Amino acid sequence: MTTAIFSERQDQVYRKGDQPFQMSCDKDSLAGAVSQRACVFCGSRVVLYPIADALHLVHGPIGCAAYTWDIRGALSSGPALHRLSFSTDLQEKDVIFGGETKLYQALIELINRHQPNAAFVYSTCIVGIIGDDLEAVCKRVAEEKGIPVIPVQSEGFKGNKRAGYNAACKAMFRLIGTGDVSNVSPLSVNILGDFNLAGEIWIIREYFERMGLEIVANITGDGRVDDVRRAHGAGLNVVQCSGSTMDLAKMMKEKYGTPFMRVSYFGVEDMAESLYNVARHFAGKDSEIMDRTADLVKGELQTLLPALEKYRRALSGKKAAIYVGGAFKAFSLVKAFRLLEMDVALVGSQTGTEEDYRELHEITDEGTIIVDDSNPLELSAFLQEKDVDIFVGGVKERPIAYKLGVGFCDHNHERKEALEGFVGMLNFAKEVYSTVMSPVWRFVPRKKQRNVLKSDRGRSFRKKTLPEPLPKNSYDSFSLSRRQPLSPMSGRRDGSPFGRLSDMLVAENNCNNREPRP
Amino acid sequence: MKQAHKLVEPYVSTTNACKLCKPLGACLAFRGIEGAVPFLHGSQGCATYMRRYIISHFREPMDIASSSLGEKHAVYGGGPNLKLGLKNVMSKYNAGMIGIATTCLTETIGDDVPTIVNEFRREFADVMEAHGSPALVRVSTPSYAGTHMEGFHAAVKAVVDQLAEETEPHQEIAIFPGFASPADIRYLKEIIDDFGLQGTVLPDISLTLDGPALKEYENLPSGGTPISDIRAMGGSRASIEFGRTLFTPKTAGKLLEEKFEAPLYSLGMPIGLRESDRFFKVLEELSGRESPEKHALERGRLIDAYVDGHKYIFDKRAVVYGEEDLVVGITSFLAEIGVRPVLCASGGRSGQFQQAIKEVVEDLLPEPPLVREGVDFYRIAEEAGALEPDLIIGNSKGYHLARRWGVPLIRVGFPIHDRFGGHRILSVGYRGAQSLLDTIVNTIIEAKQEHSPVGYSYI
Repeated sequence: MTTAIFSERQDQVYRKGDQPFQMSCDKDSLAGAVSQRACVFCGSRVVLYPIADALHLVHGPIGCAAYTWDIRGALSSGPALHRLSFSTDLQEKDVIFGGETKLYQALIELINRHQPNAAFVYSTCIVGIIGDDLEAVCKRVAEEKGIPVIPVQSEGFKGNKRAGYNAACKAMFRLIGTGDVSNVSPLSVNILGDFNLAGEIWIIREYFERMGLEIVANITGDGRVDDVRRAHGAGLNVVQCSGSTMDLAKMMKEKYGTPFMRVSYFGVEDMAESLYNVARHFAGKDSEIMDRTADLVKGELQTLLPALEKYRRALSGKKAAIYVGGAFKAFSLVKAFRLLEMDVALVGSQTGTEEDYRELHEITDEGTIIVDDSNPLELSAFLQEKDVDIFVGGVKERPIAYKLGVGFCDHNHERKEALEGFVGMLNFAKEVYSTVMSPVWRFVPRKKQRNVLKSDRGRSFRKKTLPEPLPKNSYDSFSLSRRQPLSPMSGRRDGSPFGRLSDMLVAENNCNNREPRP
Repeated sequence: MKQAHKLVEPYVSTTNACKLCKPLGACLAFRGIEGAVPFLHGSQGCATYMRRYIISHFREPMDIASSSLGEKHAVYGGGPNLKLGLKNVMSKYNAGMIGIATTCLTETIGDDVPTIVNEFRREFADVMEAHGSPALVRVSTPSYAGTHMEGFHAAVKAVVDQLAEETEPHQEIAIFPGFASPADIRYLKEIIDDFGLQGTVLPDISLTLDGPALKEYENLPSGGTPISDIRAMGGSRASIEFGRTLFTPKTAGKLLEEKFEAPLYSLGMPIGLRESDRFFKVLEELSGRESPEKHALERGRLIDAYVDGHKYIFDKRAVVYGEEDLVVGITSFLAEIGVRPVLCASGGRSGQFQQAIKEVVEDLLPEPPLVREGVDFYRIAEEAGALEPDLIIGNSKGYHLARRWGVPLIRVGFPIHDRFGGHRILSVGYRGAQSLLDTIVNTIIEAKQEHSPVGYSYI
């Protein structure tokens, strides 16, 4: 199996239990290794494109714009300019003589046609080489058209996807601080790092609104230019998908003093804890917010947990593999699988940091493979070795799973099912169930072989004993995990283990003990 | 009918392109060669984006290696990373061939790929030998010059140019089908076989991009044109090449003719009755026998179906878009069945599109359709809106138009990202025409049924 791993990549693969944790990451992808990563441009495009009333012009040859045309499920409740694919479609003569004139003319043409509230101009590899002065062209157009025209320094080869996130944050940061914040409530947040895939940000916004908070800006799912301009007025930045917008949160903290908080909306545990953490932040200003939040969580769980029961019973004991873009999502997935009593045998990401992988090391079981910047050869070898029932990833991972007769759940930006929030956990369980429990696996060659092998050894295929159903209304004592792992965010809760739903239901009291009402 | 036929000023910007970039076509062509790994010399994103795009259509693994250039390589040259990448691909993939396509980045920084590859062969002779000396084929595919189809044909030509050798003349026929679906390629091979002919189809994606479920994961998919057959192409007794708008100065078929004196039969994509007839006629000529009864019957049933279905679709107005050769084939077919193509559009710019369309519809249509080359979907929408189409035919990227106009979209070509089984759509030959006809007639009937106040259950 280890033959699948390049010698240069040995230190980017770790098996828990082998030796003390040590992993290398955040490196350039190895030439010839067929990395699953994209490029700087991709990182910027992912983060900025859900701003629905902005013009997103890709300055380069056609490919970069064509491959990113409406491929993600970022929804808008209003304008949908982001779903169009704009390009300067540079030709040979532009490459020789420079593309600035074409860029200028294209911008004027498109701004006149669509009247956007701002324009983002993405730099691509070739622009970085021919040296077009994007800054100057953007400045000129901004003056002529009276809207912000912002260059995004996203030349594909200048780093990896993380560098693209950073470029996107810098671009947005130029907008922030230009709007009027006089009527923004102090009890307000910006939602960072949620891209409204399948309408997810609407679920999250509703939670915050029920808690009594105003949402100033969605950054960037269902985003609007004017909201981003006012984002500095918010009382708190809640940052999900930390890789993509954390840089923006840090810049805002430094310049505007806006505090930020890492959150995750995936899985029951992280979702509830995120809401409680946000509530706790505002508890000093709003004495009722903890009560409202506890009511919200309790209400949602009362609906969710009984509904989840069917899936948990069916899925208990099944094995999962995870390979996603950002590691932060992997934390939540590990915990979500644990809630379903499933085992995680492999977890990896394209762009995790050492801190991320250390965290994964802490929350996973012995023998779990942890991998950074993997590729099809490694992933297929891991899936076969671990004999998993489901693989969670994106479109590029899907055929690897299916070819091997392994179930699959799309947890990438192309998904069309909302997986965030409490309802998202139910959708996730349904999706896992719909693939793991399908009868089609009985016919695939690999599983057939496995069953034959097992009976050859004189063992019948293990008939799983189903866990007992939960007694009615027992959700407040329902154990989330067998090992009660530390949540990645629980460090901020005085390091107390956070493994039981009962914690969520009584968090109001915990909190009040710590932060007495004024 | 409104007139919208006057030539309009081109826009500077492109909105919703009706084309893809050149290296993508090269990767698809390389994927149709046995044991070949497509390799992009450029930044990592190109390979990943194209993989995602291709996988979403074919639902099959599609590994594309990359030299993953970073900033310092862009400044000092990508040669060292290209060599490292080749070495790594050899060590893990057991490749019979590595197809190296350039990208806009490496073309612009001026990497001389043929020289770098030759250096690699010298410097890493031991590595080459240890891995069975895979063929290293290079093709220049700057994305700023041409579309994915130019890239596809350039890669096929590069393979023939760099691998085909002078050999004893033999009975094999070289077939260059262009960008057809795996289902199309399977059927083409069946036809050739039924004629008792021996043929080498290049590229052959019938298995590499439509493979079975597996017990063990294959690092490289089985299937594809055997490299030994490509090497032997120098001795081919003839070659058949599909495409009425082939634009490269020299195509693979042309090259075989000039270099090895293999006579070239240049045909349109065999879509619809007449273009298929032309193909079968060539096979009759090459095999010295009449069309086997199986195919003669398929042809007969097709004509029978043309008759049975004609009234449902007569004079329906269709917009056709996509790769130029596909559009020419579909347009030819539509003209035969009485559907009126009103706009034929492509993002490609071969310069031969208009003429090719004219040739295939001339004696069938009262007036030729509007033909637009080098256009995007914004322009297509602008022009077609006034033409009041009843249906549109092309890849899934035109869905937004169908939705806007409330007309059905018949999906053919690449990509089909919003339906299942797009890579199994059969378009060529009598059987492909039959399948397209059934789809079109049923789509029109369904639209009528859906919009009918009566809701007929018998039509």
